[in-house]
Amino acid sequence: MEGTKIPLHLIPCGKSARVKELTSSGNLRRRMLDLGLVIDTVVESLRKSPSGDPIAYEIRGAVIALRSEEASKILVELI
Amino acid sequence: MGLTSQSTGVNALKEMLDIQLSSSDDIIVALAGNPNTGKSTVFNSLTGLNQHTGNWTGKTVTTAQGNYKYRDENFILVDLPGTYSLLSNSIEEEVARDFICFGNPNATVVVTDATCLERNLNLVLQILEMTDKVVVCVNLMDEAKRKKIRIDLKRLSELLGVPVIGTSARSGEGLEELMDAVYKVSHNEITTKPIRIQYDDDIENTIQYIEEKIKKSVDNKINSRWVSLKLIDGDMSIIDSINKYIGIDLSNITNNETKLGLAEVSSTPLSEVLSTSNDLAYGDLRDRIVSSIVKLAENISHQVVNSQRQKHNELDRKIDNILTSKAFGIPTMIALLGIIFWITIVGANVPSDAIAYVLFGIEDKLTYLFTTYNLPNWLHGALVLGVYRTLAWVVSVMLPPMAIFFPLFTLLEDLGYLPRIAFNLDNFFKKACAHGKQALTMCMGFGCNAAGVIGCRIIDSPRERLIAIITNFFVPCNGRFPILIAVTTIFIAGAVSGPMQSVIATLSITLVIILGVIMTLLVSKILSKTILKGLPSSFTLELPPYRKPQVGRIIVRSIFDRTIFVLGRAVIVAAPAGLIIWLMANVNISGISLLDHSAGFLQPFANLLGMDGYILMAFILGLPANEIVMPIIIMSYMATGTMIELENLEALRSLLISNGWTWLTAINVMLFCLMHFPCATTLLTIKKETKSWKWTFVSFLVPTIAGITLTFTFTQIVRLLGLA
Ligand SMILES: Nc1nc2c(ncn2[C@@H]2O[C@H](COP(=O)(O)OP(=O)(O)OP(=O)(O)O)[C@@H](O)[C@H]2O)c(=O)[nH]1
Ligand SMILES: [Mg+2]
Repeated sequence: MEGTKIPLHLIPCGKSARVKELTSSGNLRRRMLDLGLVIDTVVESLRKSPSGDPIAYEIRGAVIALRSEEASKILVELI
Repeated sequence: MGLTSQSTGVNALKEMLDIQLSSSDDIIVALAGNPNTGKSTVFNSLTGLNQHTGNWTGKTVTTAQGNYKYRDENFILVDLPGTYSLLSNSIEEEVARDFICFGNPNATVVVTDATCLERNLNLVLQILEMTDKVVVCVNLMDEAKRKKIRIDLKRLSELLGVPVIGTSARSGEGLEELMDAVYKVSHNEITTKPIRIQYDDDIENTIQYIEEKIKKSVDNKINSRWVSLKLIDGDMSIIDSINKYIGIDLSNITNNETKLGLAEVSSTPLSEVLSTSNDLAYGDLRDRIVSSIVKLAENISHQVVNSQRQKHNELDRKIDNILTSKAFGIPTMIALLGIIFWITIVGANVPSDAIAYVLFGIEDKLTYLFTTYNLPNWLHGALVLGVYRTLAWVVSVMLPPMAIFFPLFTLLEDLGYLPRIAFNLDNFFKKACAHGKQALTMCMGFGCNAAGVIGCRIIDSPRERLIAIITNFFVPCNGRFPILIAVTTIFIAGAVSGPMQSVIATLSITLVIILGVIMTLLVSKILSKTILKGLPSSFTLELPPYRKPQVGRIIVRSIFDRTIFVLGRAVIVAAPAGLIIWLMANVNISGISLLDHSAGFLQPFANLLGMDGYILMAFILGLPANEIVMPIIIMSYMATGTMIELENLEALRSLLISNGWTWLTAINVMLFCLMHFPCATTLLTIKKETKSWKWTFVSFLVPTIAGITLTFTFTQIVRLLGLA
């Protein structure tokens, strides 16, 4: 897996990953950046909501839930 | 010239935020910070006011102001909405940014969360770019200590170049030092040297290029480096704000001008820069700007925060593993609600009876007084049997459940459970093409629908915000909730006996609430497919750490607040309503009272819905405040003469039955209570929030149609099957 970019929502719960690319644009991109999701940020996937979506992530010490639509626009590398 | 337009502009902003200065010596202090860091708590402790606090992001959506005295000077504190950044992609961010930038506060306090400092520093750094007069308040120190996070405040202050004060706002720790620092910064007794963010060469060069261009016009009124940065960032709303508040027109520094600057200093060919659309030209720069800030925040945080990171959130995670798990998430949610209802139902019984006993005892005394002094009969009727009695009903039937439910619900809010509800339910809202935060505004509706409607401001997208506003009424507010409880306890549960009573009552209320949630989703979906077409917009939901609720404060505050609120409303609304009912019952036209005339007029329609004319009339008269619906129903039945004395709640059941109530009537009343036109306060709030009569009317119509359709269909089916 090392080196391949995958969308954030596909990483298994309990695993951490490093942000490699944001594919969103405009306001959404800005909002992601505001959360501290810049390149090389480490994100941990914490848990899925009862219906599987959204998923909660630990981002820079805060727990943030993202829907798959948004998370799929964050490409990460598993670590 | 600059001065006058400057002052008018600032006045406009002050007016917008409704800042009231008692004298020109007042010192204005802005309170900014990330959401849920305790700004309102700091505000309350300093001002002694009572701004709502709650453990979730976005509790404060409006600005509040209050004042405190320190060293004989008057400080005006402005509680701004919480924001993650000031790069302005929502209204709150713009409000916060404009106030800090153009409201000329004498000092800005940035409240940060000690348990999550790194993310908070982001905003601190952005604010330091705008103004030097900053005090950083590192709040929630008690929680940080509990989580074994240590922060070197002295070092942080050295790095940031501004005073840093550690506080635990809830217990008031550190607030004295905070006031002292604010005093010194606003009086220039401390000169701050804010850290300057160093960007990469391209950006720094472009900043210089643009700064040159605007320096003359901007003149020292606003930090020109910061404005240049915003222009590079592609944030054009800043040009409007500058024009609006300080009367400087920078619109000649247009898009192309900044692009030119970019081309000049970077290696990109001019033609390429000019031909790219905004987003592409700026996208990369924005990333670089934000990255620089985030990296600096990270760097500073590494130098000052010392924690055993892995450990400190263990407990929260374990709790979340249950409360948001696939198997237990939704069942626990329903169970928790059920428990709250059960406590409310059981708990309200005793005080209800006691209050009724006392109040109706007083009524007898009043009657006695009237007869002793030989006062006219009509006066006794109007004042005692009309006004006083309605008041007594409102207080005895409505007040106890409200006074119990409200603190319990606030407890859940303070714990941090509401965002978990939103997390659990989000997928349903997504399927309904609605915003994920609608679950939060829905929860606020339980307290008061008008508050829920205002809360919808946390939803940025206008389409989804409207949906949330229109459907907010599908959860019963604290004022309608007791109607449900009254009907279930005295009617449905009254049909069985023993301890099962409260269980049955709880079950039926829980079912009604679930129905309300289902209707919310269904109607949201229908709206999304018809008049408010569109796809759900992006959203992020923060799940804050669980916090120990302030049980004592909640109980005292909400019982006290609620009691005063309900009594106030009761006096304002119920008293005249009681008078009207009494008059209607006693003014006869061709031998039939006005009350019977009106009820008779509504009867055919009400009958189709499985209710009667008096009930429907009560809902209509209850428009100003739903608290009075049940009392009006009772008053009408009593006025028709079947029963004059009604001294305990047991007797209510016989009163209702003797007026033709069946289980079908009871269910229809509950359904209609859940779904009818919003109360006047809510409607006016909707008008204010949407600035449109059209949407106010839609909000009036939607739940009404839903209620009529549902009760009609249900009644017809039941009657067809011959069940009632
Ligand atoms: N333990 C502890 N809890 C605190 C402290 N300060 C605030 N809280 C709690 O933190 C939660 C959030 O506080 P608020 O004052 O509502 O936060 P806010 O910054 O105004 O939030 P928004 O209005 O959403 O931006 C509440 O549950 C408070 O009771 C503190 O010093 N210690
Ligand atoms: Mg607040």
